Amino acid sequence: MAPAVAYKMIDCKHIPHMRLHYFILTLTLMTVATSSLADEARVAVAANFSRPAEMLVEQFELLQPHRIELITGSSARFYAQLRNGAPFDAFLSADREKPALLVDEGFAVADSLRTYAVGRLVLWTAEPTREISGETLSVFAGGRLALANPRLAPYGLAAQEVIDNLGLTELLADSLIMGENVSQAYQFVATGNAPLGFVALSQVGRNGAIEQGSGWLVPSELHSPIRQYAVLLNETNAAAGAFLEFLRGPEARRIVYSFGYTMDDSEP
Amino acid sequence: MMFPAEVLQAIWLTLRLATTATLLLLLIGTPLAWWLARTHSWLRGPVAAVVALPLVLPPTVLGFYLLLALAPAGPIGQLTGALGLGSLAFTFEGLVIGSILYSLPFVVQPIQNAFHAMGDGPLEVAATFGAGPWKRFFTVAIPLARPGFISGSILGFAHTVGEFGVVLMIGGNIPGETRVVSVQIYEQVEALQFAEAHWLAGSMVVFSFLVLLVVYGSLGRRAVPGMRFGS
Repeated sequence: MAPAVAYKMIDCKHIPHMRLHYFILTLTLMTVATSSLADEARVAVAANFSRPAEMLVEQFELLQPHRIELITGSSARFYAQLRNGAPFDAFLSADREKPALLVDEGFAVADSLRTYAVGRLVLWTAEPTREISGETLSVFAGGRLALANPRLAPYGLAAQEVIDNLGLTELLADSLIMGENVSQAYQFVATGNAPLGFVALSQVGRNGAIEQGSGWLVPSELHSPIRQYAVLLNETNAAAGAFLEFLRGPEARRIVYSFGYTMDDSEP
Repeated sequence: MMFPAEVLQAIWLTLRLATTATLLLLLIGTPLAWWLARTHSWLRGPVAAVVALPLVLPPTVLGFYLLLALAPAGPIGQLTGALGLGSLAFTFEGLVIGSILYSLPFVVQPIQNAFHAMGDGPLEVAATFGAGPWKRFFTVAIPLARPGFISGSILGFAHTVGEFGVVLMIGGNIPGETRVVSVQIYEQVEALQFAEAHWLAGSMVVFSFLVLLVVYGSLGRRAVPGMRFGS
């Protein structure tokens, strides 16, 4: 009986401590393993790209151990915040200007600037089954035409170029209603406050075709391409680097295309 | 010149908007404040709560519902459409409606508090001298509540000048029509024109400080009825 009692005593007093040690050891190992293999990144993404970005992250997290947290907003606001120490690891801008400035100013990793999507512009109305074309614009004077602010948003700039290239600058000057970004332009038209507006194909369509309301896919030769650039901000974050890498792969491209963007390989 | 023409236009528009909204608020707010200060109706609580709502609601909530209401299919849009005015979204008039809602408590509450602080005494005295209700209101109540009117007007004006979220959501950023100073600053910041933004933003700080100095400094010594949150 004596050995059994002795064993029981060990069981009661020492084993729990051993367990605790193992637990701490395991925890330490896990932490070490996670920090070297799986990372967490905070990615700032331009508002127009938020829907595809969510799906991209979902796909990315299935394939990789990393985790991505998305923060959606205006590219210009992100730029101002990043210059003042915002804790983001990568930035998917709506244009080239802001991420390029961040590289020049030393806030982003040089050589990491890449196109991740090229936007398509749509002249759009919330009414279903209406014929919309460039003609619609030339007879539109006097109404309200929504667009993103050309001074702030690449989609706005592209819309202004379309108006200029169609020779309608004068005619439509008093009809323009400006949203701060393309999301607001869409909001103005979708709520019926403006009968017509320039929006992003990603907002109203899937797989390259317009799905809600009716619209005119503006021929891309009528405006300069809406190239959206991504940039790495934190070189030591493995998740951010891997995500930007993933964005250029075939898997990601399929998703990007399905949301109405194209890709452009003529430029990095 | 310190400011370019488009900025001067935005300043002028802002002052015009704040003046229009304040005058209309005095017209609407005075009877409302009078009723709130004197009634014993059970409706007093709910009405006071509605008046105070813009104090706690984010401007995005007001802006969102205004956008829906002003749309041609919305309740205000249908009304203005029937009156032949068209939709008021993206117009100066639309901003005036938004500002009235947004600044309502800032005008009503000081006036209401002034009416309340006056008590029944002066009105009863006037009644014994044979003054009718209208005469009592205009010759006794309004002069006695003057500090409330002054602080209500100043706060309503300043608050409308400082309006941003609502204008951003229903304005459409049209020069001379809906591009007010706060939106102009926002656009300058977003367009990375920080130097220009500094000029205008700095001027706003100075302006707002001076307004509050008038309210709390010189008028404060005479115990101005200010904002009372609740009641």
